[in-house]
Amino acid sequence: MSGWEPVIGIEVHVELKTESKMFCGCAVAFGDEPNTNVCPVCLGLPGALPVTNERAIEWITRIGLALGCEISPRSVFHRKNYFYADLPKNYQISQYDIPVCHDGFLEVEVDGTRTLVGIERAHMEEDTGKSLHVGDGGRIHGAEATLLDFNRSGVPLVEIVSRPDIRSAAQARAYAQELRAVVAELDVSDARMEEGSIRFDANVSVRPEGSEEFGTKVEVKNMNSFRSLERAVDYEITRQIRALEEGGTVIQETRHWDEEAGVTHSMRVKEGSSDYRYFTEPDLLPLVLDEEWVERARQSLPELPAQRRTRYAALGLDEQAVTVLAAAAPDVRELFDDAVAAGAPASQVANWVTGEITALARRRDTSVAELGLSGGTLAELIALVEDGEVSASAAKDVLVGVVDGEGSPREVAEGRDLILLSDAGELEGAVESVLAANPDAADRYRGGEKKAIGFLVGQVMRETGGKADPRLVNQLLRERLES
Amino acid sequence: MSLPDITIAEASALLAEGDLTAVELTQAVLERAAMTEAVLHSYLTIDREGALQAAQESDLRRERGSSRGPLDGIPVALKDNMCTRGVETTAASQILAGWIPPYDAHVVERLRQVGAVLVGKTNLDEFAMGSSTENSAYGPSRNPWNPDRVPGGSSGGSAVAVAAGSALGAFGSDTGGSIRQPASLCGVVGVKPTYGSVSRYGLIAFASSLDQIGPLARSVEDAAILLEAIWGHDPRDATSYPGERPGLSPALDGDVSGMKIGVVKEFSGEGFEKAVQSAMEASLSALAAAGAEIVEVSIPTVEVALSAYYLIAPAEASANLARFDGVRYGNRVAGATTEELMARTRAEGFGPEPIRRILLGTYALSAGYYDAFYGKAQQVRAKLISEFSAAYEQCDVLVSPTSPTVAFPLGARVDDPLSMYLADVCTLPCNLTGDPAMSVPVALDTDGLPVGFQVMAPALKEETMFRVAAAVERAVGFEIRPPLEVEP
Amino acid sequence: MPIDIDIAHVARLARLALDESELETYRKQLGDILEHAARVQSVATDDVEPTAHPLSLVNGFRPDEVRPSLDRDEVLSQAPEARDGYFVVPPALEVE
Repeated sequence: MSGWEPVIGIEVHVELKTESKMFCGCAVAFGDEPNTNVCPVCLGLPGALPVTNERAIEWITRIGLALGCEISPRSVFHRKNYFYADLPKNYQISQYDIPVCHDGFLEVEVDGTRTLVGIERAHMEEDTGKSLHVGDGGRIHGAEATLLDFNRSGVPLVEIVSRPDIRSAAQARAYAQELRAVVAELDVSDARMEEGSIRFDANVSVRPEGSEEFGTKVEVKNMNSFRSLERAVDYEITRQIRALEEGGTVIQETRHWDEEAGVTHSMRVKEGSSDYRYFTEPDLLPLVLDEEWVERARQSLPELPAQRRTRYAALGLDEQAVTVLAAAAPDVRELFDDAVAAGAPASQVANWVTGEITALARRRDTSVAELGLSGGTLAELIALVEDGEVSASAAKDVLVGVVDGEGSPREVAEGRDLILLSDAGELEGAVESVLAANPDAADRYRGGEKKAIGFLVGQVMRETGGKADPRLVNQLLRERLES
Repeated sequence: MSLPDITIAEASALLAEGDLTAVELTQAVLERAAMTEAVLHSYLTIDREGALQAAQESDLRRERGSSRGPLDGIPVALKDNMCTRGVETTAASQILAGWIPPYDAHVVERLRQVGAVLVGKTNLDEFAMGSSTENSAYGPSRNPWNPDRVPGGSSGGSAVAVAAGSALGAFGSDTGGSIRQPASLCGVVGVKPTYGSVSRYGLIAFASSLDQIGPLARSVEDAAILLEAIWGHDPRDATSYPGERPGLSPALDGDVSGMKIGVVKEFSGEGFEKAVQSAMEASLSALAAAGAEIVEVSIPTVEVALSAYYLIAPAEASANLARFDGVRYGNRVAGATTEELMARTRAEGFGPEPIRRILLGTYALSAGYYDAFYGKAQQVRAKLISEFSAAYEQCDVLVSPTSPTVAFPLGARVDDPLSMYLADVCTLPCNLTGDPAMSVPVALDTDGLPVGFQVMAPALKEETMFRVAAAVERAVGFEIRPPLEVEP
Repeated sequence: MPIDIDIAHVARLARLALDESELETYRKQLGDILEHAARVQSVATDDVEPTAHPLSLVNGFRPDEVRPSLDRDEVLSQAPEARDGYFVVPPALEVE
């Protein structure tokens, strides 16, 4: 299979979670009774007219900016003409030659290698209704009837088209995941693949390595998880290479991914169905988004995943910590930011929030936010450990006490008697008696066997009921033994 | 003059003075319709019960002193391409036979709000495609001045109802002249306002960038009353003009002294009947006598406006009529697959003219032909707009005949689509530019058939347009009642 | 300019099940009309931007607010075929 280079582009459809639909006032809702969120406009009744939802345009502007796109100062809606039972007007209001957003990029990383994937465009359109195939013969094959529900008809849809810059199935998956993370961060879509609120189609072709020309591309549809996207692309690459190596050809077509069988199937190619006869939608006015509009959208952008990773790295977190934290829930990241702002060292905070604190929330079947910890409290707890007032293991108990409302970390540590003895005077006696009781060990240390000090530290800890600061004990013993 | 032949202004005054009730007026209109409909066929649906009930309610309001203005209790008719909740709406097509809309068009809502009595739904060329009302799937309407002649179209039924006294006023839609041309052929006033003046919400679309709703009436004043009731912003139509519109009554004094009136020189000569040309000259003399200055202007691109129109309108129509597929409403012809069901439903449900225009529009938009046809037509449209703007820098209004001919015999043009299309040559440029235009009856030819005079004005300048129309009406003194020798 | 029209293809795009003789009639009529319409090509428009709209308004937004939907029974009462709250059509897809 070597000697071939896959060329992949991804088309993504994102359903926006606006209150109302793209061009009418029907509610955007998932899972309602069929045909209950419908009106003359989204049913395509005679005489109905579309009117653009302003928020949807705000949100596609944000998506575009988050993907580094240019925002067209003037764009237009087009009618895309094709007949399909779940498309009520038998044309879809979409955009054609002038989309709202164009020429952006998204950085993806696979096995430590970063790649910039170009975004050709992101445009605004409306979703179709849903077809439900029923009959004895199974889901599609031999279906006896098709039931139509138009609740989804007219839901705002943003289509994001990448450039063919992707070179492997793993990269395709990474692109899809990163894009989903961006959309989720913008809080403009439920972005759930399993519910279809974010949908990925892949355009796959292969060409001989070193070739500049593109091979024949195949559109692969019907992937409902990131894993199935990766599998489908992988399968399609292999299928195409095999076909070409066996002297066959690849035909331009749309193929359906069959998750169970792990293969793609050809959809029957409909003759002439690809002539969409785009023309300007005369029922809608041109979209004119001035600089002020774009600037307002830019101001409303949250920190994006890539920016966040850069910021974490700059705080000194290692790659592992950056990855884990960047993928963590928003409340976890917020606690991290607050604790760092309160002066705690970033790597310690990262350990706490993604480790013990997340685990505690999970044990209690709640969220990190619900634990009620403030950044200042966490910083105080970390400082207690850093300053040797509380041991690392006792700090976990302090955390539980804080969460249970027993007071500040210091109050809990004191209340639960977890403060380490840090007064050298108080420890001297214990050190003295341990050295007196264990002359052999002391001698071995003096004789050069430095690790013998570990035993002595352990004895002092036992003597003090575990409340001594081991670092201080270590220091005191060393001073005594080396004097 | 008998009761259903009075103007809205007259009827409104009688109602206000208590000399007439809305029920009496509505009954008179219904009786007139009962007498004339068998021949004239202006209505597809008469809502007798609904009309009488609305009239009763109007009379009750008036008794209580809460009348809603000049249209309260006035019987009016609606072209059957405007949705009426609970009343069958067909656009004169088999494909929509029996369809009961679940909602009212914006215009219908407005008319109900002002207390108008909706008599029924008038005949039209199927989906408003035609210039004679012969393309109705339910049979043609006939011209009340001579039932062997067409009433024009596509709002033929509305023009006939107003001319014959089967309604005091009516509403039509105008995509290439569909209000003005039948108004001209039936001897009534017809107005196409500026594109965006009247919400299209609930108007079954033919060509969205050209369609505009407007009134047909027996006088310029009545047309103003009807228009003022329906225009203004509607948030459900994105192309609806959001600004305030001035009242039209100051314009009705018809004072045109000092105004500059441009005669479009391309709208004369070959193809224009003698009676049409002489009526034009007489009207211009009358305007000059009233103190207006008459100048000649040239708008060269109108020569190809018809060509551009017959690419743009069918292209938009091909998409607008795609929704009639037998899936969600209307008639269905069965098929083994959805694809077959749709193709059969459409082939059987649409008449020849919609099919012709759907095919034409589909072709003009299809791959490989778009630039040469549709794209080029849009450029011609832009050029036409700039030429009209330039002309309006020289004059206040432009004028022309409304139609090159008087009403032609039924059947004369049905087999020659192109000759039928030529009926709109004077009217369609203003649909392409979006500017307002109206037709005023000015004369009868030697056969007793009416001739109309078209007044065109810059966008949003309806007041100027009505002023000139009122002046023409006053100067010409046209007696607008047809002989009604139509007893079956 | 003689205009070549693949009328069967156009009819298929427009979802119109027309028979041979109908297709032929429409092909001829379209040819005549298009020959006339082709006069647009004689107009010099190099310096003209195409216009799809007679108004110079822009955007025409509506706020993102939910408005009442239609009553389902009223809607489905107009459907050629309905079942369990759905519109019904014959199978649409034939996937092999």
